[in-house]
This record gives sequence, C-alpha cells and structure tokens, in this order.
Amino acid sequence: MQFFSGSTSTESSLLPAAPPGTGAGGPGNNAHMLYIFNRAGVCLLYREWNRPLRTLDPQQDHKLMFGLLFSLRSFTAKIDPTTAEKGNLGVPLLPGQGCSFYSFKTNTYQLNFMETPSGIKLILITHSRTGDQREALKYIYNLYVEYVVKNPLYVPGTPIQCDLFTKNLDQYVRTLI
Amino acid sequence: MAAIYSLFIINKSGGLIYYKDYGSAGRMDTNDSLRLASLWHSMHAISQQLSPTTGCNGIDLLRADTFDLHCFQSLTGTKFFVICEPSAPYMESLLKVIYELYTDYVLKNPFYEMEMPIRCELFDLNLSQVVQKDRVALLAR
Repeated sequence: MQFFSGSTSTESSLLPAAPPGTGAGGPGNNAHMLYIFNRAGVCLLYREWNRPLRTLDPQQDHKLMFGLLFSLRSFTAKIDPTTAEKGNLGVPLLPGQGCSFYSFKTNTYQLNFMETPSGIKLILITHSRTGDQREALKYIYNLYVEYVVKNPLYVPGTPIQCDLFTKNLDQYVRTLI
Repeated sequence: MAAIYSLFIINKSGGLIYYKDYGSAGRMDTNDSLRLASLWHSMHAISQQLSPTTGCNGIDLLRADTFDLHCFQSLTGTKFFVICEPSAPYMESLLKVIYELYTDYVLKNPFYEMEMPIRCELFDLNLSQVVQKDRVALLAR
C-alpha cells in the first residue's frame, strides 16, 4: 500500500492522496487521518490514509479542526458536572486545566484526542467502532518525542518532515484494530 | 439505567428550549446554559463537515474524564442531549423515551408554540418519573 503524506509546508505542493480503495478494507488499517497541532494552532503534521470525502481545502480544514477542538475543550470544562468552580466560557484554557474530553463518536467516524502538558494536540480519526484509543495516542506521542523532538535538525513549531517518524507512524497505525 | 446529571433540549436553530439539572455540582444559571446549548449546536454541525466519509449525522457520544454526553437528533433537527456518568448504560434508549415524551406531551399540546421554551406540566411530570425511576434503581443497589 502506498501512503502519501499531506505536508503543510508552504513551499511543497500537496502530493496526491492515496487512490480510493487502497486503504479501505485493508487488514488492520482502521485509521482515517491524523493531525498534530502545537499550542499556537500550527498544524505540525497531517497524515491521511483513508479519506474519501474532502469538503474543504487543507488550510481551512486545519483551522476548522483546531477551532472545533478549542471550542470543545471550553465546552467540556464548563459543562463538567463534578466541579462547581468554573471560569467563563470564552477564557482560553491551559493544557490540563479543567475537564477535557478524550473522544467523540459520530455514525461515520470517531475522533480521538490527546493534549500533552506542552500543548501538543494529537487527533486520530478512526472508524466509528474502534475502542478507546488513548493508549494508541500515547504511543504516537512517544514516537513524536523520539523521532521529532530529539531530532537536532527539527525546528519546533514548523511542520514535521522527518522520514523516520512518518515511517514508524505508518507502521504502527497499520497494526491498530 | 443509571441516573443522569442533566438534560438539554435544543430546537432546530440551536436555541435552548429545555434544561433540567438532576443534582450536578456544576449547576448553571440560565445564561450559561443558553450559551452552552448554542455552542453544542454549532459544534454538532462542524463535526459533520470534518467527516472523512459522506453521510455523517453529527456527534452521538462525547467522552470526557468525568462525564459522558449522549446526543440524539431527531429527523426535524431537534437535539436532545444528556450529561451522565462515564460508561452509563442504556442512555440511547433513555433519549428515545424522552423523545417520545416530547412528542406526546409537548408537540401534541395545542398551546405549545413551536421552537419556544417548553412549559408543559405533563411533560415535566412524566419526565421526572422516567428519570426518578432511574435514581431509585441507583440508590437501591
């Protein structure tokens, strides 16, 4: 199977996405897309394995995704039924402050979310019936730490272009059920 | 069925028409509940835009650290969502029961204006019976 990366670097043009049918139905390939954002909302990585429908162009899509997560975090912190003391709805939240959601499900996909204390947000979109992916996201974060953060040539805050990282990521995602 | 923390009903334009709190520490005043309901309505719509495949109907279930949110959207666009304990079972069927009560006691009420806040005694009465039944089951454990 060929995996094409959707890098968000402004210089390079988008490589064509995997042709329809290569990802769907393959054994163990349950993931649709992966996004990695940093604190400022810069999309560090967008990886696509199986996406038949693309409603917006990539820049808009990333902004929409980041905006949705930002609002959802404010929403969950405010609607939390177990704490009485909550800030106002529009206040930006620090990573780890307030109750955070880790997953939501629709009839066609499931979005799994993880935010690290440094503000790195990992979003994994999978098929609707996958189980809890928190461990998978932790593993992917470890891959990020090993292959990206510890790479002396990587400039933090810029899109990720580390071959080892994407190779290991693809290999790992293929094993996800 | 487990007990729920709160119930929200939103009309098809995103306005809150019913909010009932069943004993959560995070009880909200009217303004906050209105804002949260509209926020949920928008996010429900945005999640449909981000779907990788066609035919997405929006968020059914949101899982957080301390609670779960189950949402049911009727064919007319009215949304019912409940905040409950994590992994509470039978929430889908509870939402369907609440929808039935809504159709029986609110929509069939000739004095009820569409899309306006719900002020129907029978609806409140029957709703509290349905949810109260759950609380009793919880206490009896």
